[in-house]
Amino acid sequence: MLRLENISKTFNKGTVNEKKALSGLNLHLSSGDFVTVIGGNGAGKSTMLNAIAGVWPVDKGRIFLDGNDITALPEHKRAEFISRVFQDPMMGTAPDMQVEENLALALRRGQRRGLRWGVTAGEKAQYRELLKPLGLGLEDRMSTKVGLLSGGQRQALTLLMASLKKPKLLLLDEHTAALDPATSQTVLELTDRIVGDDGLTAMMITHNMSNAIRHGNRLIMMNDGKIIFDIKGEEKKRLTKHDLVNMFAELSGVQMESDRILLTK
Amino acid sequence: MEAYFQSLSLLKLIKNLPGGIAQGLIWGIMALGIYITFRILDVADLTVDGSFTCGGAVTVMLILAGCPPWLALIAAVPAGFLAGFCTGFLHTKLGIPVILCGILTQFSLYSINLRIMGMAANKAVSVDKFDLILSSRHITAAIWTGFFISLVLILVLYWYFGTEQGSAMRSSGSNSHMSSALGINTGLMKVLGLALSNGIVALSGGLMAQYQGFADINMGRGAIVIGLAAVIIGEVLGRRIMGKRLNFLGIFAFTVLGGIIYYLVVTAVLWLRLNSNDLKLFTAVIVALFLAIPNLREQSKSSFRKLKKRGAEQNA
Repeated sequence: MLRLENISKTFNKGTVNEKKALSGLNLHLSSGDFVTVIGGNGAGKSTMLNAIAGVWPVDKGRIFLDGNDITALPEHKRAEFISRVFQDPMMGTAPDMQVEENLALALRRGQRRGLRWGVTAGEKAQYRELLKPLGLGLEDRMSTKVGLLSGGQRQALTLLMASLKKPKLLLLDEHTAALDPATSQTVLELTDRIVGDDGLTAMMITHNMSNAIRHGNRLIMMNDGKIIFDIKGEEKKRLTKHDLVNMFAELSGVQMESDRILLTK
Repeated sequence: MEAYFQSLSLLKLIKNLPGGIAQGLIWGIMALGIYITFRILDVADLTVDGSFTCGGAVTVMLILAGCPPWLALIAAVPAGFLAGFCTGFLHTKLGIPVILCGILTQFSLYSINLRIMGMAANKAVSVDKFDLILSSRHITAAIWTGFFISLVLILVLYWYFGTEQGSAMRSSGSNSHMSSALGINTGLMKVLGLALSNGIVALSGGLMAQYQGFADINMGRGAIVIGLAAVIIGEVLGRRIMGKRLNFLGIFAFTVLGGIIYYLVVTAVLWLRLNSNDLKLFTAVIVALFLAIPNLREQSKSSFRKLKKRGAEQNA
């Protein structure tokens, strides 16, 4: 369903800050895959997600979604098929707008926005039902400005927004990293439920080894802008944290203590 | 001192108030445009000084050419629209910081406005010769006209910002990152918002030109500051009076009211026979003060200076 062919991206080309972020990346996702992505700092995980989302044009390679070449589509046009949740809980919602207005914006992801009402009465009832299972009491605060909510509440809302209009592909960029452990757990459970219920194809970056193993049906490890390890199904289920750390050291040839700490935490 | 106070006649102030309301309404209409850029798009758009004059110039020249005054007024809107579009284009397509884009457009509008006015710095339209839609000669009628136009604008804007497109514009200003991720073309929304804002500003310029009976190349100087003053006065008042129930309808209404209050204060200041040349300094100080209030209030609750003082007290 998603195919990355030979994707390369270099930032600040020709300057002292030149950084080869992706070099000849290839990846093929099947429909319904839930992939966790791990790797050290600067491995290219976020860059890969940004390339798929179309935040900027790639230098080389093609991106296909459901057989269609989307390489030349800008971010706001790809949004019709792809939805995202960011690491920073502040980034996924509009703080000056109400909870229901944010949801209404998400319901119309990728659609032409004309002069019909921004939020209809029928939608509001639908949102109330969707907010209830979150258990955050947001269903009674639908006209509260999102800026007044906590980080965890905002992230849960963002996740709901990302799946409101079923996307072909859901991209999660360390979406629980900025939350406290308990909230992080809640948001992860919500993630599993949303991906499972709707049978979404999803990619989730994480720095937490246990989460990378526990969630999803496939795991990829990145280093130096490439995928160095790809495991799925039963094999993935048998993985241990220990395996992963050893694998990383072996495959990347990096023994850096800082990376090891980061990966095992 | 006594002579000064005796020279002030309360009657004269009361006599001047209706005129103040009429002009205030026109500035209030302009402030609606400024609210769109300043609060909704989160952009300080300096184009308005030029587009206000542009609206006045277009209206006056069309009236002089025989166009009905109401049509001449409506024609000011696309002129302002175009000015806002230029600023938006410079910003979103050419990547120039938006504050500079506004300055560039405003600067170039000086030449353009002069050309519109046939290279004259001032063009008069007499209410005796033309059937103007409002004039300082008939103040009560002018207030009604201003009131009616602002009412229509408030309702239209309230409707627009409740639509899908208006919501998309608001979210682009609130969080452009998220908006792109939701498929909103944030660049287009910014251009549209700037154009809409300047269209309204030009409309108020056209109203002002008819009201005062002339267009002047400098009539828009400082318009942005007056507009900000109106927006801020309106916000402070609106929050005080309506509290949490303040919705967009209220915000827009209070913005127009802010324009009226601003101009009534100006009328009072002029009545006190303060030098009218100091008026701009006076306005700037007021606006700076109001813009600083949220920050100052925060500091009064907690600041490093306070901690230092407290530390000194404890150590003593």
